Amino acid sequence: MNNGTATETAATGSILIEHEVGLHARPSVKLTKLAKTFASRIELGLSEEGPWIDAKSIVKVMAFKAAKGKTLHFRANGGDANAAVAALVDLVRRDFDESHGNG
Amino acid sequence: MAELRLTGRPASPGLALSRLFVLGDDAARTGTRPAGDPDQEAVRLRAAIEAAIQQLEEVSGTTAADAQEILEFQVAMLGDEALAEGAFAAIAGGENADAAWRAALNVQLEDYVNAGDEYFRARAADLEDLRDRVSGILSGGEQQSVPAGTVLVARDLPPSRFLGIDWQLGSAIALAGGSPTSHVALLARARGVPMIVGLGADVMTVPSGLEAMVDGERGTLVVAPDDATRASAKSREMEINQRRAIAEKFQHARATLPSGEPVTIMINTAGPDELSLLDPAICDGIGLVRSEFLFHGATLPDEETQYQAYRRILRWAGARPVTIRTLDAGGDKPIPGLTIDDEGNPFLGTRGIRLSLQKPDVFRVQLRALCRAALHGNLKVMLPMVAMPRDLAQGRAHLDAVVSDLAAQKVPYAVPPLGIMVEVPAAAIAIDRFDADFYSIGSNDLTQYVMAAARDIASLSDYANPIDPAVLSLITRTVEHGKRTGREVSLCGDAASDPTIVPHLLAAGLRSLSVSASSVGLVKAAIAGALVG
Repeated sequence: MNNGTATETAATGSILIEHEVGLHARPSVKLTKLAKTFASRIELGLSEEGPWIDAKSIVKVMAFKAAKGKTLHFRANGGDANAAVAALVDLVRRDFDESHGNG
Repeated sequence: MAELRLTGRPASPGLALSRLFVLGDDAARTGTRPAGDPDQEAVRLRAAIEAAIQQLEEVSGTTAADAQEILEFQVAMLGDEALAEGAFAAIAGGENADAAWRAALNVQLEDYVNAGDEYFRARAADLEDLRDRVSGILSGGEQQSVPAGTVLVARDLPPSRFLGIDWQLGSAIALAGGSPTSHVALLARARGVPMIVGLGADVMTVPSGLEAMVDGERGTLVVAPDDATRASAKSREMEINQRRAIAEKFQHARATLPSGEPVTIMINTAGPDELSLLDPAICDGIGLVRSEFLFHGATLPDEETQYQAYRRILRWAGARPVTIRTLDAGGDKPIPGLTIDDEGNPFLGTRGIRLSLQKPDVFRVQLRALCRAALHGNLKVMLPMVAMPRDLAQGRAHLDAVVSDLAAQKVPYAVPPLGIMVEVPAAAIAIDRFDADFYSIGSNDLTQYVMAAARDIASLSDYANPIDPAVLSLITRTVEHGKRTGREVSLCGDAASDPTIVPHLLAAGLRSLSVSASSVGLVKAAIAGALVG
């Protein structure tokens, strides 16, 4: 956020997707919108080795086609990296605040 | 002109009789305009994307919550730089804005079209919608306006387009392509607009202005209906409304005969996507999962993909039994690179278990995934097209081999019961030769093989009669063998979903039927004797 690298931190986290249809349209909108509220660079992948994609890009998140039952890994770099990863993991844990996903 | 009947897949129920309006392809334009200065072209594209976002936000302000979510998704896609990255690169290389945009979107579309998962395939329609909206703005072309209250015929219908149309009573949608899980099908069901998808390219050649009838329950479009059809449309409309009321009343009840004897009602499904729209409480389980849904992608599904898909289905069903049929490719269900193309008579060819036994590598991957998934629910596995006891024995040998591999590798698994489809007359006639754990009668194929009449030839439809005494006698025979040997017998063909046929199946002794999800309520009503005529 501020200039200088002194405040830069790196954070990682992972969470299993339980959403009925996986990382589809509505969940992807919610995930990318939330990611954009953080200044850190945030990426997501299906394994700790990547490949990693920009968690703020809905085009890339949708093209990722993450199905239900896959584990999502997040990694972030920046001043609010810890908060960003915690918030995203929590969103997935809350099942994107949907009880039934059909869209 | 004589009436013309086309059949597709039902996507939204209801009946409509109205004038046809054929929506031509807005996409038919070609990007032949010479490119201007690359900077100017980039500005044009950026402006068109902005204008498209504005249009969508305007529509969004006037629609219901479900539509807003779809539009919000589209706006988010358009607002993402990554969507147009390829287009801006092509523009920098001298391409004009429209051609660059269309090409960039087409590349991404292709990726969705080839997705293994029907939900993701259906998202291709959203990308097409965005492509054509921006492209339309670039070319300054007006979209054809659709008159209210018509039967709209189109190749596919983008959701934003749907929302711009006045769907007054009598309107309906008939698409050459499309999918029942598309966003537009969701909207049509929510708005009560009857809709059929998958009518095939021929539907695009019917002229606008003719009258047409859409039956969103049967999936039929009748162009230029004759007086008889027209008269029947009125009574059918009343009948549909009555039936809907009855179906809703019986949907969640346990199916019982007037005597109080219970009947098991399961559903047929083509995969986990459509299940997510259904309440499991309406049925006693899944009598048929057509595992072909996994095999529509560009590559064959690996073990993990299959395992996850089976688990999703089992999770949906909870403690209810789920019968998954091993791959039934061939016949009318070719799979490129797997089935054999040039057989003269594919229905009598290498299909079902015959193909699986010839492709043991593919078959064993499926059996492995099934045994692993069997830990997570009440799973049964059945083999299609079994004609000789050897088919079952070899199928079981593959299952045994897979099980000992899993045990050796210490991979957790369970061994599901192994049953057979009874759909080849040879199996039904000599049913006592087949030592299966259960039997499931496939009435569609059994009828077509017993009557020697293909089920897709309209003029032979009288032959395709599942309650012909010859077919019924084989059903009875199978049921009696099941009773004698204590093995479950159910029926999972289309016949079970037809309330007029159900009484005949009950009379043949069947007490377990697997039906299409949309007919559960009516079938239960028919079993209770609550349907007249």
